[in-house]
Amino acid sequence: MSTLSEAEATSAGDLAAEQEPAVVRALPGRREPAARVVAARVSLRVRLVELWRARELFVFLVRKDLKVRYKGSVLGIAWSLLNPAVMLLVYDIVFTRFLKAGFPDFALYLFSGLIVWNMFQTALTGSSSVIVANAGIVKKVSFPREILALSQVGTATMFFFFQAVVLVIFLAGFQLAPVWHLLPMLAFALLDLIVFSAALAVFLSAVTVYLRDVEHLILVLLLAWQWGIPMIYSWNQVSAGDHHWIGDLFLIDPLVPIVLTFQRVLYGLRTYTPAPNVVATVTSNYPITFLLELLVAVLVVSIVLFLIAMTIFGRLEGNFAEEL
Amino acid sequence: MTAAIEIQGVSKRFRLYHEKYTTLKERVLHAGHVPYEEFKALDSVTADIPSGQTVGILGRNGSGKSTLLKCIAGILQPTTGQVVVRGQVAAMLELGAGFQPELSGRDNVYLNGSLLGFSRKEIDRKFDEIVAFAELEAFIDNQVKYYSSGMYVRLGFAVAVSVEPDILLVDEVLAVGDERFQEKCMDRVRRFQEEGRTIVVVSHSPEMMRQICDQILVLDHGKLLTQAPPGEAIRTFRETLIDAGLLAPDTGEAAPATEAPVPPPRRRIEITGATVEHPGMGERPYLKTGEALTLRIDYRVHEATPGAVFSIAVLNVMDSIVFASRSAQLGEGVDLGPGAGSVTFVFDGVPLLDGAFKINLDVRDGSGTVLDLAEPAATFEVMNPTRATGVVALPMRVEVEAPSEGYLSAGRA
Repeated sequence: MSTLSEAEATSAGDLAAEQEPAVVRALPGRREPAARVVAARVSLRVRLVELWRARELFVFLVRKDLKVRYKGSVLGIAWSLLNPAVMLLVYDIVFTRFLKAGFPDFALYLFSGLIVWNMFQTALTGSSSVIVANAGIVKKVSFPREILALSQVGTATMFFFFQAVVLVIFLAGFQLAPVWHLLPMLAFALLDLIVFSAALAVFLSAVTVYLRDVEHLILVLLLAWQWGIPMIYSWNQVSAGDHHWIGDLFLIDPLVPIVLTFQRVLYGLRTYTPAPNVVATVTSNYPITFLLELLVAVLVVSIVLFLIAMTIFGRLEGNFAEEL
Repeated sequence: MTAAIEIQGVSKRFRLYHEKYTTLKERVLHAGHVPYEEFKALDSVTADIPSGQTVGILGRNGSGKSTLLKCIAGILQPTTGQVVVRGQVAAMLELGAGFQPELSGRDNVYLNGSLLGFSRKEIDRKFDEIVAFAELEAFIDNQVKYYSSGMYVRLGFAVAVSVEPDILLVDEVLAVGDERFQEKCMDRVRRFQEEGRTIVVVSHSPEMMRQICDQILVLDHGKLLTQAPPGEAIRTFRETLIDAGLLAPDTGEAAPATEAPVPPPRRRIEITGATVEHPGMGERPYLKTGEALTLRIDYRVHEATPGAVFSIAVLNVMDSIVFASRSAQLGEGVDLGPGAGSVTFVFDGVPLLDGAFKINLDVRDGSGTVLDLAEPAATFEVMNPTRATGVVALPMRVEVEAPSEGYLSAGRA
């Protein structure tokens, strides 16, 4: 018995030779790329560096957020100002007409505190759901996820500036003047506000992935928190006379020194008469140096909180893709 | 040669919850007794992916191939072990992931490119090329929500490949768009290869991988089975399929059929054994395309039979006959007297490309009555070390006659 064909037998040897060795060429003009490590535990330093590298992404995300939010609405950005404006109007009417709080230029007092609070609230409500809302990219694209939470803080900061524009118009319209020489303190207070918001935003965004109802819980907490800040009532009502310690207690809240600073700079030391023959300042009359000390303390605490939040985020991040 | 990606003892465990509690209330109510099963998606995988090579990750569904790719991409973090990645990575796991429907195509190109880790400057420079590649010049300022799914995917692909990453990770997304766009995608992949970039592809299409990969990692149940050139790796992959019962209904090892029902009560001729031989039998369980194969059949004649004919059929895993013949075609039937003997079929070269094959055989008398059969009598496997795909290796030469004038101008005329 012989073989079927001879021609077929010859083919394979040639085919085997066809397989060429892989040629490796250096990419021209490329520097030796930095190594990136993917592991369960990545050091905080590395994560901060990666965060910094993604700063352009941060800008794009904030821009996207602003564009998406007001796309297709005629008033656009104006919507974001309508809410605080109405709030301002309602409070002003209720407190000066009905409750007769007796604060001079109450609207300005309120606005100086509310502008801080609105930024904080916007940042936290936005960031608590941001990872869940962006599950699509979290599961499919690799980037420092903290950026999502931070972009919400960025968006909130942009709103802060929109409101600041309204505030300036308001001041000019009513011919009211801030305390000019203290104006630089606002920048410092804003820095505190941003870092503190960022710390809580990063923490909340990660926790919400595991505990979805935190998103709702935070709304309740914010409501209570808002009333713990002297924006509608005066600082004098909190810490006058014997109960000085209550005022000290209030100062534990990092937002309070920030709000007090804004009030001090924008509203100044206007006085009112809480009781017959008693004259008190509406906001605190702490010495400026004390306020500055408080701001420094808040900054330090906020930075520490931010690093802790980043660490917690790093631990929780590993299972994001599964939990979403 | 430096490794672009070092996978160092990577394991990934998932918890599979029977019921998932994701709210604070539920977590408190069910604290401490949430039933779950642990599932090892990756089990200490260690491998180096050399710079400038195209490496495939092949495995069955649930073998951990996508998990490994996500670990390389940094989307998942391994439970233990680490992945070191040298160079800028673009991962195409889902095209257009993160596209914002409300934004224009232009905005999305920047946002998506930025998500993939590219700088604004790079995207600026490549913007026109991206739009041209996606063929969306007329629509780039429209909102993405008005795009068709094809346009959406094309734009996603264009962003990912245009920004020139050092390492490209691809998860079965090459099969997008119409045929012409697919061809463009393959062209781009080839250009990447020529430029010396590293590509990691996940797929369960062995044939696509054979064409483009230099090496393939084969995963099964989260374990790395082998890292080898495509031919060998695909053979290993096929074994995992066979083990899982997904291929080859019968894989009985060359056992003589002991319970053949067809033959008459008393067998005049009995097939007692069949063995397959090929070069390199000792060290590997397969032959390479083009190697020789010898099939030897042992039989015992109980009653003298004139004009006996042995038939063989080679079947692939789908049980289609690849080749069938009988000894009579190669000569006359043989007259067999009582006693033991053997018949040998020699294939000087087996031109089959790739696969597991069975050999069925029977023996008949001169009138065509089946005396005994063995199905399957033997099995063998062929490993295709080449890039060719298909069923058989047709002997081939290529001759090109180029026109003397520049073909570019002629071709475009």
